[in-house]
This record gives sequence, structure tokens and C-alpha cells, in this order.
Amino acid sequence: MNLDHSILTLILLAPLVGAGVLALIPERAGNKIHAIGALIVTLVTLGLTLHLPWHFNYAAARGSFQFDQNCPWIASPAIRYHLGVDGLSMWLVVLAGFLAPIGVLASWNAVKERTKLFYTLFLLQQVAMLGIFLALDLFLYYGFWELSLVPMTLLIATFGRTENRRKAAIKFFLYAFIPSAILLVAMLWLYARTGTFDLPTLQALAAQHAISTNHTALWLCSLAFLAAFAVKVPIFPLHGWLSDAVQEAPTAAVMVLAGKLGLYSILRFSFGIFPEQSRHIAPWLIALGAIGIAYGALLALIQTDLKKLAAFSTLSHVSFIVLGIFTFTTMGIDGGVYQILNESLVGAALFVLLGLLYERYGTYDIRDYGGLATKHPWMVTMFVITTLAAVGLPMLNGFVGEFLILSGAMQSVFSYHIFWTVVGTTGVIFGAAYMLWMIQRIFYGKLGLRSEEVKGWDLCAREHVELWPLAILFLVMGLASPVWMQAIDSYGAAAANRPVAVEAVNIEPASSEPHNNLTLPCAQKTPCNQAGAFVDPSLAAAAVNKPAPPVNKGAQY
Amino acid sequence: MNPQLLWLIPILPFAGFLINGTVGRKLPRAAVSAIALLFTAAPAVIVAMLWNYMKFGNGPLTFSAVSRPWIAVSGFQVNFAFTVDHLTLIMLAVITGVGFLIHLYSVGYMAHEDGFWRFFAYLNLFMFFMLVLVLSSSFLLLFVGWEGVGLASYLLIGFYFTKDSAANAGKKAFVVNRIGDFGFLLAMFLLLAHFGSLDFNSVFTQISATPLTGGFLTAIALLLVVGATGKSAQIPLYIWLPDAMEGPTPVSALIHAATMVTAGIYMVARCHVLFDKSPTALMVVAVIGAATALMAATIGMVQHDIKRVLAYSTVSQLGYMFLACGVGAYSAAIFHLMTHAFFKALLFLAAGSVIHALSGEQDMRVMGGLWRKIPVTFGTMTMGVLAIAGIPIWAGFFSKDEILYQAFISDNPLAKLLWLVGLITAGLTSFYMFRLWFKTFFGAPRFEEHGHSHDLHAAHGAAIHARHDTKLVLEAEPEPAHGHAHGVHESPWIMTLPLIILAILATVGGWVGVPLAFGGHNEFEHFLEPVFSSAAVTPEHVSFRGAEPILAVVSIAVAVLGFLIAYFCYYRKPGTAGAFAQKFKPLYSLLDHKYWVDEIYGTVIVTPLLAFSRFFLGYFVDTGLVQGTGGSLTAGTRSFAWLVRRVQSGNIRSYAGWLALGAAAVIAVVVFGLHPHLR
Repeated sequence: MNLDHSILTLILLAPLVGAGVLALIPERAGNKIHAIGALIVTLVTLGLTLHLPWHFNYAAARGSFQFDQNCPWIASPAIRYHLGVDGLSMWLVVLAGFLAPIGVLASWNAVKERTKLFYTLFLLQQVAMLGIFLALDLFLYYGFWELSLVPMTLLIATFGRTENRRKAAIKFFLYAFIPSAILLVAMLWLYARTGTFDLPTLQALAAQHAISTNHTALWLCSLAFLAAFAVKVPIFPLHGWLSDAVQEAPTAAVMVLAGKLGLYSILRFSFGIFPEQSRHIAPWLIALGAIGIAYGALLALIQTDLKKLAAFSTLSHVSFIVLGIFTFTTMGIDGGVYQILNESLVGAALFVLLGLLYERYGTYDIRDYGGLATKHPWMVTMFVITTLAAVGLPMLNGFVGEFLILSGAMQSVFSYHIFWTVVGTTGVIFGAAYMLWMIQRIFYGKLGLRSEEVKGWDLCAREHVELWPLAILFLVMGLASPVWMQAIDSYGAAAANRPVAVEAVNIEPASSEPHNNLTLPCAQKTPCNQAGAFVDPSLAAAAVNKPAPPVNKGAQY
Repeated sequence: MNPQLLWLIPILPFAGFLINGTVGRKLPRAAVSAIALLFTAAPAVIVAMLWNYMKFGNGPLTFSAVSRPWIAVSGFQVNFAFTVDHLTLIMLAVITGVGFLIHLYSVGYMAHEDGFWRFFAYLNLFMFFMLVLVLSSSFLLLFVGWEGVGLASYLLIGFYFTKDSAANAGKKAFVVNRIGDFGFLLAMFLLLAHFGSLDFNSVFTQISATPLTGGFLTAIALLLVVGATGKSAQIPLYIWLPDAMEGPTPVSALIHAATMVTAGIYMVARCHVLFDKSPTALMVVAVIGAATALMAATIGMVQHDIKRVLAYSTVSQLGYMFLACGVGAYSAAIFHLMTHAFFKALLFLAAGSVIHALSGEQDMRVMGGLWRKIPVTFGTMTMGVLAIAGIPIWAGFFSKDEILYQAFISDNPLAKLLWLVGLITAGLTSFYMFRLWFKTFFGAPRFEEHGHSHDLHAAHGAAIHARHDTKLVLEAEPEPAHGHAHGVHESPWIMTLPLIILAILATVGGWVGVPLAFGGHNEFEHFLEPVFSSAAVTPEHVSFRGAEPILAVVSIAVAVLGFLIAYFCYYRKPGTAGAFAQKFKPLYSLLDHKYWVDEIYGTVIVTPLLAFSRFFLGYFVDTGLVQGTGGSLTAGTRSFAWLVRRVQSGNIRSYAGWLALGAAAVIAVVVFGLHPHLR
């Protein structure tokens, strides 16, 4: 049986069904049935996601979606159940699948009460994340986007660490929800203009400048999209919710809290539907990215709470990605997407490790630690490896991403790009400073207050199982980046070269090219990327005959 | 010869690292050291084969191996690729040769330490990265080694991590190096933006082809210099190297003297095509080199810790190499790099042997009279001192003299000044090295016996420092101790053997570069000619060759003068130095505090930066603006809701009142206010 046409639905269904089953199993104190169940479900999901890189067609036309599944859901308004992956989302789906079992293992002992609720919410969160990466229909996407808020808010509010948890949860919810409401308005406006929620169709229309002639409205619409995503990333200075949420959220939740969802959405929707506007606003976001890198790193330098330190380090790392993708160079976008993977893995490892410390010593206050290296040799090893990946040591994964991002920034055509590259590169110095200082204060020197009082123990087998896959990935992704980059580059090169009015303003001939390409006959299957236009001709043609649903090649079910 | 063998050169030490790093904890010490030695000796054998294959300079000029891509995106690709040319051959020989000897020495030196396996794992890791650094054929892969040796250095400086000073020194080294790497990275970004490649071949071909000089090439070159000053401990980033002496002594010998710190010189020499295009950058390199050489030498004169003297002397010697690069004498720089690797490794290892003999004591004020007790160490260290002081026939003389001569005849407008600074530094070097020699080996014994000699080096001298801190002011030395000296012992053969080999190298190592003026053929320079061909000596310079003997005589005289002063101050009349220091107290204090550079950096950069982060960014921006905006929005909504809630009182009379008020307002608006607009 060929799974290719149903695999994406299966990926979504596995955790959803799992969540349903777990919710039906009664909870008894001290039994691990929910944890074991969640582990099995997440492992099955991971196995399913691995189908994607295995059967992905790396030679396919740039920008085309694979494993496509497209069927009508509601006739009017025209909402479709449309799933698909391309070079951008494919590895993100695998990433989400990969992090889930690690999250379950990290919660194994950390969550002792209300395990049913915890694992059910955790799996729902997983569904929402996968849905966001897979959905190609704006309405469907919005459903998953909002769904991602609810379990997370409940996880923070219920399983938070301190009394402050409800406040943090509400803060997180409001920060994310209010811009999302505006996002919905923007989506409805788009539907009113074009009569479709289908992303590929909208992309094709955008490339034709056929969405609307009202520039102000388009601008406002693009800002509504960007704002909703930027808060979720978070992009400096919209990170007000981050440190509270990170401080409260349990390890498994914090691993998926920041970064990938917002960044993916920017790449997919902001860049896809509003290529011109995104380029116009790029200089500002390059600046915010570069400032965010230095800002996050400097603030991480002065924190005494480990979780807060990690929160600002997260801010600094996602700012790297923001800087990279808004350079609109192939290197910048490729590096940015690659860095989404790296940041998630390194962040996951860091939060797992901090969680382990908390399980043993019951505090995140760095001043209570010290001298643990002699007590926990394996833990310090994993900490150091994670740190090195985080500070971008060559041969580990972080370097590849950071290098590409910063080179992309140096090559970008926007004003002041050299200055912002220099600012961003200072992150290399500050990053090393705060991470190494953290290591020193936890592990080196004399035993600290808590580390002397409490006995503690080195990594147990389960913890080894959590951490080694991450550590090995750091090394493999640092050495064999082409394995991942092959798919990513098919997206990145297309996104960077997408011809838009920005270039048309400067270079006259470029403006006519996309139109020429779009008039190609449907039958011609040549990928139209000679001039940088990547839009699949069949899609573009379908878009012209709106509102007919796109006649898609892979839609057989 | 199969090019794939090149991969084995770095991979073998990496395998050693993996084995010792994962299972080393459970293995006996003999097994750990056997693994470490085996995986260091094997690359040395391959390097020897490589020398043989390239017929010691008469065979093929380059030898490369290319593997699959490391990073590949549309429009840019970097492969794993190694290239060996004559420059790399020399570096490989130095690294594997000296590296192996130091591994051997470490087996004896570290025999009683905890974390034996960890030490050798890190040491092998260092070898891996250092070999990658010199083998790589692109900037990006060089950067792998560049950062990697920094990592190994961080881990090894902080080897005794329970000591705060060691943990601090490790962190300082890494962060300061990162400042250099910041420059290196920016240089790479610019190179990539301008030349579309980071491959040495492609970049340098394009640079040679371009008629441009200066401009962005200067910018790139200067950014690379920033990187080099970090790694090679030059002004203004030299501050990490003296602190790095917190690491075990073999580490100081291998990483912080012989190999890693020369990476900056190697990189500048490798990029000579670029530097030759930018007179400004060369000038900066020369001035930095000369200034560092002099400054570090002056500080070295007043240090009491035997390793710190050697550390500052390393900084100073690296300054010479920088100076040589700055005047375009790249082969002289590499020549000095090689001889320096021999004699400085020797000096450090010998110092380690002294420290070992004294159970961890490093303070020269409590040494003295050791020459009789540890004769092999004494004899070999003497060779090292003679070599670094620039006494003829020993290695340092030829290489240092070549640099001074090249500086003298260079086109640099400051040529004569640079030469003079170099000459003064040579005198100072001779002085402080003989000072070390006299204070350590001659005079009355001032040490106290520690009955047991197996103290951890980690606890080095802490007790002694505490005891003598009040007494040990300025150059004063404590009264001779009345101890009986049977605890002081010569090191085992496994430590003395490397000393002897290095002593031989420090003696004869310079003979490969005897200049024409002394009847030699300067084979070394000819050997490197294919690499540095564009920087070939012009005929005009050749005519100057007559000046060489005269300059050599001058520098020998200066070296002897340094010896005589040290002899007088520390042997004939040991009180002289103290009196002298007393007399010029401010000057002495300035040197003793290393020109307060650490303190100045602390107050001018570190403290303000932390204060800026804490108060401006932390309190004002983050708590005030970022959180505050969210907070005030919530508060605003809340208070608005509170106001509006007043209206919904549930009281029928108040509703009637509001109704009346509202009706009145509507009537008023209709009648007066908006009347004209309503039409």
C-alpha cells in the first residue's frame, strides 16, 4: 500500500487518537500508564513522520508541495482539508515528531499528579503543532493555530512551578490570542477579496499582484499576519510573555513554546502571501533581529535564575533566525530554517538538563549551585556539549546555521546591512560569555549551598536515553548538513529569489518576468525558476480561473 | 601515496579522544596513556611518510584530498578538503613531533593526578583540531580548527575546575578568543560577499588577479588581524595567555607555547597574498608585533611565577613572529615559529620538571640551588635558555636574527624603529631568561621540603603563597631554608627523555636556516619559497646582505649584556635587584601590575557592559518598556472596566438617572453641537 497519499493525515491522527484514548483511561496514583501510553503514541508518530524524508522527492520543482492531500471540507465558504509539505515544513514535522518522545521522557518523574490531564494536553499540543506545519488551507491552519494556544495555556496554568503560574498562563494567552484575533480578520479579508483560503492559490495570486489593488489594505493585512506571528516567535520587543511562561512551563511544554511555530508561519504565510510587503519591512526586522541577538544575550548574562537565563538565551537564538530569514538571501533563509531545527534541539536539550537539575535540587537559582562537576560527571558532559552547540562551535549544528545567517546578512541588499551584521555577530561573543559563565557557576568551583546539602545523582538510564539522541544529532547535523539542507534549500532558494515589486522598482526588466512565466501553458511542466519565479504553472493557471478549486496533481484519494 | 591517508592524520587523534572520553574513566592508567600515545604517534608516522612522499621539498608542491560537501546551499559550497604544501608540512611536523613528545612527558607528569583519562582525551582532542587547522584548504574549515583548539584550550585550562582561578582563566581564554573570532567571522563574511568562495585557492587567485590594493581588502585583512591577535595573544587581546597558566604544565607547553598560539601567525602567513595587497594591514601587524614583544618582555622581567615568566616570554616571542609577518618576512616568521616551538616547549617542560621536583611549587622566590639536585632538568633547560636568549649556534639565534635583519631592511617606513624595538626586546629576553635560570638553579636553596612528593599540582604553592605573602615584597627573597633536601627528586625517564630530545632540537634546530652571510644556504627559506613566492626577496634587498653580520654582532652583544646584568643582579649580588626595585618603585609597580591592563579592561569594558545590561536593558527596557507596556495595557483595560462597571449598579434609580443624563446629552448634541455636521 502506498502511504504517500494518506501519510499526513495519519501523522495528525496518531496523537489525536492517542489523546482521546489516554483521556478515557482512569488515573490511579503512582501508575505510569499514561506516561507509557504517551510514549508509545509519540514514538508511533515519530515513526510516521520519518516516512517523509524517506520518500520525499528532493528533485521536485521548487516550491511544490508533496504528500499532498486536498479535499473539500465545507463547500461555502470554500474551506478545504488541504495538507502538504515542502522543503520548509518537511523537517519541521520530523522535528515535532522527534521532540515529543523526549518531552514525555523528560516528564516521566517530573509530573507525578494529574498525569492523565498532562499527557492528554501534551498530545493535543502535538496535534496542533503538526497541524500548523501541515495545513495549507488558511482556515484549517487557523484552527490549529488557535488550538496550539489552549493546551499550552492549561499546561502552564496547571503544571506551573510557582504560585505565579496562572498569571503567566493568562499573560501567555492574551499575548498570543489578541494578535490572533486580528489575524483572523486579515484572513477573512483575504477570503473576501479572493474567494479562497487555499495557500498555493493565494501565493500564485500574490505573485501576480492579483489579490487586491488596494495597497493600504494589503499592507495592513500583511502587518496583521506578521504581528500575530512575531508575538509567537517572539521577536524583540514583543517578548514580554516569554520569560514568565518559560519560568512556569513544565519542561515538556517549554521545549515547544517559542520559535518554530511563529517562524514557520512567517516563512509560509507572510512570505508566501505578502512577498512584497515582507521585503519592504525586512530592513526593520533585520534591525530587530540583530538587536534581539545582542539584547537577549546581554540580559542572559545578568540573570541569576536559570530559567530566565534560558528564556533570554532563547530570545537571542530566535533573533538569529529572524535576522536570517529577513535578509532574503538564499544563505540567510536556508540558514534560518536550519537554525529553527538547531535552536529547537539545543533548546530542548538545555531545558531538559535544567529540568534534571531542578528534579534533584529543587531550585533554579544559579547562586545555590556550584561544584557539581565532580558529583555528576555525565551531566556536566551533556551540559558542556549542549553549551557548545548553543554557542555555535564549528562541527556542531549551531555553527552551520549561524554562519549561513550572518553571511546572508552580509550579502543582503538592504540598507545598513553591514552594521546589523556586525551587531548580530557580537552575539557570538556574548553568547559564549553567558553560557560558559552559567556552566562555571553550576559546575565548577566549590560546592554551593544546595549542591552541598542535597545528595543528587548522576544521569540515570532514562535520562541518557533522552539526551544522547540530541547530542548525536548536534554532531551529525554539524557535519552532514547537506542531508537536511537539500530539502531546505529547495524552499530557501525559491523564497529568496521570488521576484517582487521591490526589485521591480530598482531593476526594470525583472518586473515583467514573473508574468511571462505565469502565462506558460498548463501542460508545460518545466519548473519556472530560471528567472527566479518558482510558481508551479498548473497552480498559477488554476489561480487565474478562480474561484474554481485548484486542479492539483497529487489530489487522488 | 593515497590522498585518503590525509584524513587519518586528524581522525586518529579524534578516535583517541572518543575512546578515552567515553570509556577512559573505567580503564587503567596504562591503557589510557597507551591509547593516547598510539593515536598521537600514528599521525606522526603518516606525516613522516608525507615528507618522504614530497621528497623533502623536491617532490610535488601540493597534495590534496577532497571529500563530500560540509555545507551546500544554492550558490555556495564548502567541502571537507585538505591540502598539504610546504608550509603545512612544517606545521604538521612541529605539531605531531612536539605534540607526541609532550604526550609522552605528560604520562609521567600527570601520573598521580585525578582525571588522568580526561586529560588525555582533551589533549587528543586538541591534536585533532590543531591538525585540522593546518591541513584545511578553506577559511571555513580552518575556522573549525581555530575554534576547536580554543575549546580544547578552555577545557584544559579549566582542568582543575574546582579551583575558581582555573575556571575563570578557562572562561576568560574562551571569551577573549571569541572576540578575536568575531573579527575572523566578519572577515569571512566579507570574503564570501566579495569573492563568493572561502576556498584558499579561489580567494587568493582572485585577490592576486585584482589590481586593487587597500580598500575592502584592508578591512578584511584587519579583521583577520583581530582574529590573529586573539589566538596568538597579541595586544590588545593577549590578556588571556598569562592566566592560561592555570592549566597543567604540559598543556602550557603544547597549547600555550608550541602550537595553538602560533595559529594566528600561521593564518597571517597563509593569507600573505591578501596582506601583501594591503600595506596598512601589514603596518598594523608589524606595529602590534613589535609593541607586544616589548611590552610582554618588560612584564616578564618582574614575574615571580616561573610559568608566568615563560608565558610572557611566549607573548613576546609571538610578537617577534607578528613583526616578521608585518615586514613581509613570512618565512622568517615560520622559521621562528618552528624554533620557538622547540625551545619554548622545552622550557615549559623543564619548568614542569622543576615544579614536579618541588611538589607543585611555582614561585621562583622559594627555589634556588637546584642545579645539583635535578641535573638533567638543569642541563636541558640551559639549552632552552641559551636558545631563547639568542646565543649563537642555538636555534633561537638564527631565527630571531633573521627577523631583526628582515625588519631592518624592510620597506616599512618604521623599519629602523621596529628593528630597534626588536633589539631592545632581545636584550630584555636574555635578561629575564637568565634571571629565571639563576633564581631557579643557583644561589642558596630557599625551598622547604614537603616530605611527600605526590601532592596534586592543583594545590600548587597555595600554602607557600599564604605563608610568605607578607614577607615576599618586591624582589626580596626569603632567608635560605634550613630544610634537608632529599624530597627534591629528578623526574622519571619518561619526562626527561622528551626534555633531552627537545634540548637537542633547540640546539641544532636553527641550523636549517643559517643565512648566506654565515656560510649557510638558508634552506628553510628556500623550502618555503613555493608558498611565499610573491613575497620573494627583491634584488635591492640582496645587496643589503652585507649588513647582516654587523647586525648579528650587535644582537649578540645585546644578548650577552642581558646575561651579564642578570648574572650581576641575581648571582653575584642577589640583593641588587631588590634595591633597584625599591628605588624605582612606581616603575616596578607598573610592571608588577602588568600595566594594569586587566584592571583597565575591567573598569572600562566589563563593568560598564554589565551595568548597562542590568540597569538600562534589564530595568529600564525590559521591565520598564517591554513588560511595562503589556502591564499598563492590562491595567488600563482593568480600570476602564472598573469605571464602566459603576454604571451597572443594579439600582433602578441610578439607571433612571443615567437614562436621563444620556437623553440630555443626546438632545444637547442634536440641538447645539453637531448640528451643522449632521446635514
